[in-house]
Amino acid sequence: MPIAVAPERPAVRSTIDRMAPPSGLGDKVFKWFTLAMALAVVALVFLVGWQLARGSSLAIHRFGFHFLATSTWDPVAEQFGALPFIYGTAVSSLIALIIAVPLSIATAVYLTELAPLWIRQPIVSLIEMLAAIPSVILGLWGIFVMIPWLRDHPFPFLKKIFGWTPFFSGPIYGVSMLAGGIIIAVMILPIITSVSREILRSVPNLQREAAYALGATRWEVTRIAVLSYAKKGLFGAVILGLGRALGETMAVTMVIGNTPQIRASLFAPGYTLASVIANEFTEATTDVYLQALFEIGLVLFGITILANLLAQLLLKTMGSTIKSGAVQ
Amino acid sequence: MKNSHLWRKTKSALASAASFVCALLVIAPLALVFLHLLRSGASAVNWSFFTELPKPVGVAGGGMVNAIAGSFELLGLAALVGVPVGVFGGVYLAEYGTVRGNWLLRFVADVLNGVPSIIWGVVVYGLVVLRFKSFSAYAGGLALGFIMIPLIMRTTEEVLLLVPAGYREASLALGISRWKTIVHIVMKTAIKGIVTAILLALARVAGETAPLLFTAFGNRFWNHDLSEPIAALPLQIFSYAISPYDDWHRQAWAGALVLVVMIFFVNILVRFLTRERVARVL
Repeated sequence: MPIAVAPERPAVRSTIDRMAPPSGLGDKVFKWFTLAMALAVVALVFLVGWQLARGSSLAIHRFGFHFLATSTWDPVAEQFGALPFIYGTAVSSLIALIIAVPLSIATAVYLTELAPLWIRQPIVSLIEMLAAIPSVILGLWGIFVMIPWLRDHPFPFLKKIFGWTPFFSGPIYGVSMLAGGIIIAVMILPIITSVSREILRSVPNLQREAAYALGATRWEVTRIAVLSYAKKGLFGAVILGLGRALGETMAVTMVIGNTPQIRASLFAPGYTLASVIANEFTEATTDVYLQALFEIGLVLFGITILANLLAQLLLKTMGSTIKSGAVQ
Repeated sequence: MKNSHLWRKTKSALASAASFVCALLVIAPLALVFLHLLRSGASAVNWSFFTELPKPVGVAGGGMVNAIAGSFELLGLAALVGVPVGVFGGVYLAEYGTVRGNWLLRFVADVLNGVPSIIWGVVVYGLVVLRFKSFSAYAGGLALGFIMIPLIMRTTEEVLLLVPAGYREASLALGISRWKTIVHIVMKTAIKGIVTAILLALARVAGETAPLLFTAFGNRFWNHDLSEPIAALPLQIFSYAISPYDDWHRQAWAGALVLVVMIFFVNILVRFLTRERVARVL
């Protein structure tokens, strides 16, 4: 797991560059070779964009901007609109964030500020193990364990209490937007927790010591000196989690019900951008159908790239704030 | 009362307790999933699971030997793509380049890391499957390899930066050229960390299903030709999980247990093998 905040880099490179500037054929070849490999990441971004745009050019030409604003998805009539999927992705990711953000940030706070030292490493290891569980296995658990339980206990309970609102009304099937949101929450808990933890750990101790010196309690130190200092970075961690939530595929596909519709009720089945690709790609019999799915991919790529750009910018500039903060 | 010392102390204790409960809730799914895997999976894992091909619907028994082998073949192909590009890209970031240029490359690698895995499936479908008009092991391996590149690149860089600058200086002072210093001194010192980075990336893509759906595609039989569709453990788990047959559900649980145990094994092994310093970076 790459660290979110860039660690202090030793300033030895410039010395080495002065001592031994790359010389000779071997050095040149090796340097250019490694540069080419590093540039692969840039090439890959363009490759993805180009492939998706090329694969969907006909659909873009044929449907134009209506594609994003129409809610008919009818492969037989060759009518394609991405709105139900955009809606499903947005709502399920929102539910996931509402559940996962408070839990993960509180856990990160616990692990860096409040927990006894001996308990920290075991919990961190367990969270890493949760992160290592493949999406498809979480989906398997979702189908056979989580859905039946949700259908029989929490969902009727929610309906009884909040049934008067449009969000918790209508029939309960089990597979639903809410179930999709919950499974996405489980998927993004570890990433938000571990990135938030890195952020909190990078808050200089001087901050804490100053607050303790003023007589603050542990929680007051956390709230006043640590959390307010790390705000920007924590926001970055949340956006990073959002990026993962938007693109989460297998587990969601297995519990969300895969019905292209827009319903206010969270008990109703939904569909996401990622899961329509996963489900229908191999069934796409006509060119337009396949093109429409490529365009869905393009939309998904666009929004996840935006989320990740924002997240990385927040996280990386947080790193530089810390450095300048430490100097003061 | 509101600001008395006792009240502030109580508030602090309450915050600790509440955040502890949150931590428990975060690890609860791990416990729930793992317990259920053991309960439903253990009874279905037996000798034939590792030695037999999948049986048709209605015939009891059968195994996933082709899917297990297929997963390893796919990982091998993925490593062919991901390891050289990732490792040497990481070398560039750690040893060459300008501060600003490397910041940008790192940034792009981290953004790339956030691209949903299903997108890689679509891209490789357009790149390979459409061109050669067939799902294939090559396509699946390529998709997984693409996912590995940014993962390996970033961790390799971090691991190489742990090698003390004095090693490089000492080598250069002996008149050894820059690239030989990097290959024979820096990379050799960090070899454990590099292997760890590769293993973790492999463990991560071993469970990927979405990028394989329309590249490797899956296969109920042995794959004798890498340009043909190939089975993979996660794909098999998925298709069994969404099937309506109880027998296949049991097989899905068994497959899930085997996959999770393999992934956990690699993760734990890696953490045992690496020194504390390296482990922290990863």
